[in-house]
Amino acid sequence: MSILVDDSTRLLVQGITGSEGSFHTQRCIEYGTKVVAGVTPGKGGSKHLGVPVFNTIEKAMAETGANASLMFVPPAFAADGILEAIDAGMPLIICITEGIPVLDMVKVHHYLKGKPTRLIGPNCPGVMSPGKCKAGIMVGEIHLPGNVGVVSRSGTLTYDVVSQLTSLGIGQSTCVGIGGDALPGSTFVDILKLFQADKDTKAVVLIGEIGGTMEQEAAEFISHEMTKPVVAFVAGSTAPPGKRMGHAGAIITGSAGKASEKMRALSRAGVSIAPTPAEIGLTAKKVLERV
Amino acid sequence: MKIHEYQAKALFAQYGIPVPRGRVASTPAEAREIAAEIGDKVVIKAQVYAGGRGKAGGIKLVNNPKEAERAASQLIGTRMVTHQTGAEGVPVSKVLVEEASSVARELYLSILVDGTSHLPVMMASEAGGMEIEEMAQSTPEKIFKSYIDPAIGFQPFQGRKLAYGINLDGGQIGEAARLMTNLYRLFVDKDCSLAEINPLVVTADGKLLALDAKLSFDDNALYRHKDIQQLQDKEQEEPLEIQAHDWGINNYVKMEGDIGCMVNGAGLAMAVNDLIQHCGGRAANFLDIGTLNNTERVVNSFRMFVADHRIKAVLVNIFGGMARVDVIAKGIVEAYQQMNITFPVVIRLAGTNLGEGQRILAESGISFVQAKDFYDGARKVVAAAKGAVK
Repeated sequence: MSILVDDSTRLLVQGITGSEGSFHTQRCIEYGTKVVAGVTPGKGGSKHLGVPVFNTIEKAMAETGANASLMFVPPAFAADGILEAIDAGMPLIICITEGIPVLDMVKVHHYLKGKPTRLIGPNCPGVMSPGKCKAGIMVGEIHLPGNVGVVSRSGTLTYDVVSQLTSLGIGQSTCVGIGGDALPGSTFVDILKLFQADKDTKAVVLIGEIGGTMEQEAAEFISHEMTKPVVAFVAGSTAPPGKRMGHAGAIITGSAGKASEKMRALSRAGVSIAPTPAEIGLTAKKVLERV
Repeated sequence: MKIHEYQAKALFAQYGIPVPRGRVASTPAEAREIAAEIGDKVVIKAQVYAGGRGKAGGIKLVNNPKEAERAASQLIGTRMVTHQTGAEGVPVSKVLVEEASSVARELYLSILVDGTSHLPVMMASEAGGMEIEEMAQSTPEKIFKSYIDPAIGFQPFQGRKLAYGINLDGGQIGEAARLMTNLYRLFVDKDCSLAEINPLVVTADGKLLALDAKLSFDDNALYRHKDIQQLQDKEQEEPLEIQAHDWGINNYVKMEGDIGCMVNGAGLAMAVNDLIQHCGGRAANFLDIGTLNNTERVVNSFRMFVADHRIKAVLVNIFGGMARVDVIAKGIVEAYQQMNITFPVVIRLAGTNLGEGQRILAESGISFVQAKDFYDGARKVVAAAKGAVK
């Protein structure tokens, strides 16, 4: 099995006609993802990459039965795009866009409360269930179907970790990039809950980084509610405090934001910490041998 | 993005938040004039982005215009080292000259966006003058918080609750609630990431006054605030970081080591730096090249390494996803053609268009050390920086 996306996913792409939207939609289609609709206001009625394009999400959902949205809308318009998808009742929104203002995301979170939509991202590589559905910008070929769930705040570090796992013969149930922003739509805890409930996920790899307290919240959840083993790494041990390390959310503003604090909290919760980012795959292998 | 205290106070004044009378001076003579205008004891405050300037001698209380001129001359043109700066400090080119206030109480007030509730939160405390971090650790029960519903904004009752919490009374309650409402209005209007008044003082005659002012802004929202963008003082930023920015490399942070790093993706870039340290070396920078597929940014990254005289070796670690490995490889070859690269370069490539990238590097004839993976790359660059590879 898998979480969030699988072969029943009918993907809608917001911003399908833009350059990034086009490039990655093509890759998703090549991987075998069912891309059923695109939305670009003003281009409704046309076809792009063989996919029908609509002016509004509401119409696209009504006509195609789309049940997940992948977003490539530029940052200044992205929050509005997310709000439109929530309003249309889209069950899953995966927002790739990097650079959305924080106060725009405050509005999005406020509107999202009590609604049935799940938001992944923004500023994320997307969600991948190997062999079933690629809804994002990650490299398809490095993945292998299997039983390890991956959840990460990073993009390319996740690619490295996934290829470490794949080269050791460890397949993945689903890989979820929750994104590098300070206010992600879904947190580690949100995704850990799904992995815990997914009967085909046997273990989880969690890749955190400096800033915020999401890893500590994950540790709390793992120690109380998680029965499946978790392997983790937290990037940014060498990051200086007060400096934003690329990601909007990756900034140490207090001691809780430090990598060492996060790894300590996770370790106390029984998580196996990889000694280096290059040994995350090996650590997962050892843990799986014990299961 | 940060701004100076005097700029933040000008914004405060626009939003009806009381600040001491005063102006900014760029020369000691100007400082004397302003002090004469104020006509009383004044405070001379060095304008730097770093906190901790009080302890570093950056705030001076003086009695008359002549002393104001002397104090300003001791600050302007110097470099200030505080616990928040590196050893080289930050330049002082301006001082704020303000009337000295008689302080009865020092309070704390700030707004930021809370990552857990996804809401702006107003925080108030009686322990003004302390850093909020310290406060949160030593006396968390003394920090009063009020989460703000973005649909209705900050409400007067929230202001009253906070004001009573920090033991204000009488007319101060309404005054504080208005001040907080105005601060929230400023926070939202200008897309602040932090608005902090530390200390917010109660003067001897019972009035509230923002004695200090700290504003920083959401970089992602600057596109809609041209007025704020113009306030940035590039002199206060790390020169290498400004240089990188001017060359289109937005995610560059100077670090303390001697190994230059060029990586795609922020998480991977942090992990590379961590791994270098694990292998016994130290990175000179964090550099996330991003995903724009052009060779210019690769060439400019090498320009940064050449400009940075600390560099002993360079590690290129690219896992192509959105970024294509062949484009990166072309950029590296162009960099070798355009400049004299004397330091050893270790290259690890993986991902999209890897074969083509490897072919481009091999056929170029440039001399580099190939790494088979992440770990191998870190080990080899640390060895190279220590002189093992020429």
